[in-house]
Amino acid sequence: MSAQFPLWEVFVRSKRGLAHNHVGSLRAPDAELALRNARDVYTRRQEGVSIWVVPAASIVASSPDEKDSFFDPAGDKPYRHPTFYDVPEGLTHI
Amino acid sequence: MGSEKALEEQFQACIDADSRIEPRDWMPEGYRKTLIRQIAQHAHSEIIGMQPEGNWITRAPTLRRKCILVAKVQDEAGHGLYLYSAAETLGADRDDLLDMLHTGRQKYSTIFNYPTTCWADVAAIGWLVDGAAIMNQVPLTRCSYGPYARAMTRVCKEESFHQRQGYESMTALANGTPRQREMAQRALDRWWWPALMMFGPSDSESPNSAQSMAWGIKRFSNDELRQRFVDATVPQAHHIGLEVPDPALRHDGEHWISGEIDWAEFYAVMRGDGPCNRERIATRVQAHDEGAWVRTAAAAYAAKQTARKAAAA
Amino acid sequence: MTSSLGVDLDASRYVLRLADDALILGQRLSEWAVSSPALEEDVALLNIALDLLGQARHLLTHASELEGRGRDEDSLAFLRDEPEFSCALLVQVDNGDFGKTIARQLLVSAFHVHLWRALARSTDEVLAAIAAKAVKESDYHLDHARHWTLRLGDGTNESHARIQSGLDAVWPYVHELFERDDLVERLLERGIAADPEALLPLWRQTVTEVLSEATLDVPDVSWRPTGGRSGQHLTGFGYLLAEMQHLHRSHPGATW
Repeated sequence: MSAQFPLWEVFVRSKRGLAHNHVGSLRAPDAELALRNARDVYTRRQEGVSIWVVPAASIVASSPDEKDSFFDPAGDKPYRHPTFYDVPEGLTHI
Repeated sequence: MGSEKALEEQFQACIDADSRIEPRDWMPEGYRKTLIRQIAQHAHSEIIGMQPEGNWITRAPTLRRKCILVAKVQDEAGHGLYLYSAAETLGADRDDLLDMLHTGRQKYSTIFNYPTTCWADVAAIGWLVDGAAIMNQVPLTRCSYGPYARAMTRVCKEESFHQRQGYESMTALANGTPRQREMAQRALDRWWWPALMMFGPSDSESPNSAQSMAWGIKRFSNDELRQRFVDATVPQAHHIGLEVPDPALRHDGEHWISGEIDWAEFYAVMRGDGPCNRERIATRVQAHDEGAWVRTAAAAYAAKQTARKAAAA
Repeated sequence: MTSSLGVDLDASRYVLRLADDALILGQRLSEWAVSSPALEEDVALLNIALDLLGQARHLLTHASELEGRGRDEDSLAFLRDEPEFSCALLVQVDNGDFGKTIARQLLVSAFHVHLWRALARSTDEVLAAIAAKAVKESDYHLDHARHWTLRLGDGTNESHARIQSGLDAVWPYVHELFERDDLVERLLERGIAADPEALLPLWRQTVTEVLSEATLDVPDVSWRPTGGRSGQHLTGFGYLLAEMQHLHRSHPGATW
């Protein structure tokens, strides 16, 4: 199946007073299922837990205290994931 | 951006300082590929591992055992998901990884190619297989690659519950009727050696061990981990009156020393000659293929919703 | 929690119906382990199965206390013969494909959300407590069924055809959920049972809203099979029980 579901990053706040923490990622076709899967997989449905799911493509990243020379050239994306990068139509060998 | 040599030095220095490599860091291609393969095969093991136990859910002997088994198999699916996600941070694609599993280009732990022909096998898997897996996984919580280490921390927390339940189940059998006791002993006879083989051959036979150690992916040798497992598990067997199926087993004052492992069987099973190799993959492939229309429908619906929102805007 | 009802055969029989529905549906859903369209669905369906099995255990235990014959959750689950089970036909139906399973789940969960809400006010306070917890669980189950009904109904032509076909296959069994027999009448008077006739319009509204949004047709059937409550089950039920009970029955008196 070539229709790859988009990637989502999952943030969970396990109880009031704490901040949301990044716990991992998942693939889902849309936001509703992403939220649902996140709840099932990352919290086993504990009550009182708050979940954020964010399309990974929406995340803008930077780490100012890392040395420039240590950066991958595409430094503003969270991952080196190939589907992150919009490839213009017509290009075949990227 | 510095020269490749400088980057490599920085990368190695990070590992030598016991710090973590994160997804956006520069890394040698070999490191990336080794990790993708290892993490993916770990994920495949979790999901294939759902089958030998999953087969007993509908047949569990009590409602409590049924619920525990459902929770365990569900956890294993979840572990597979954490691990595929970790592999994806390295640029791998879950569909590609599954394809490699389905076509045999990537492997999973050989232990899951053995059949579970009775309930005591389910207990033995929880006790021995999860026990061995934990021995492997605890050091990985300090693996150099951040996402893998963090996934392992999550997995270890959940897996210790599985191992305790397995041993509890085995204990109930060993303390039960004569038929149950016999069932438990036979299961131990069947699963002991395959569990020892889960740690892999001696490191002198493993060409990649040294590089994996240098990269902080592997922390202890196969033999060290195997020895730890034997030392922890033999007393557990004796505690419930079961005999370890190793006539050469002896205590040297410090450790329990095992007899020779029959590696011919290990390699045969790894090559695909184990009792259930084809069945495990076939079941997986069938689920994947039969579910394609569902996944396609979900993607189609998502696309329609996006188009509707755009039109309404 | 001990019931103030003491031994009460009518209440026991009623609670047993609820228990059997939860047990058999839990058993059916757990058949999906390792076979779902995606790992996330293995997790989701097993989650629902676990909830149902948990409800079954509480209900079976309560039924056995009300019965006062010294049986427990396992003797009820594993040692009754087929005619002694009182589960509805709908929960016994084979899973079919994912579309049929989701269609069945939609209909059952839509029933449960209203049923458990009503039973949370039961004069049997143990049943009311079980119901209060089950309300949250069935809301989640209905939510899951709704998500998938929409995606399959309004996804591709193939998915639409499959779930419509699944819906058509399970719809005839629905009416049995809303039957009001003598047992239910007596327990209604005592405030123990929920009124199925009051639940029907609520159920219908919940279901037709989802089906409409999913572009699915409400099936039009005149066939109304029944008999589950009096132990007359579908052919497949015997095989389900054989699989479920075999190991337990092979070792009489054993603990596991």
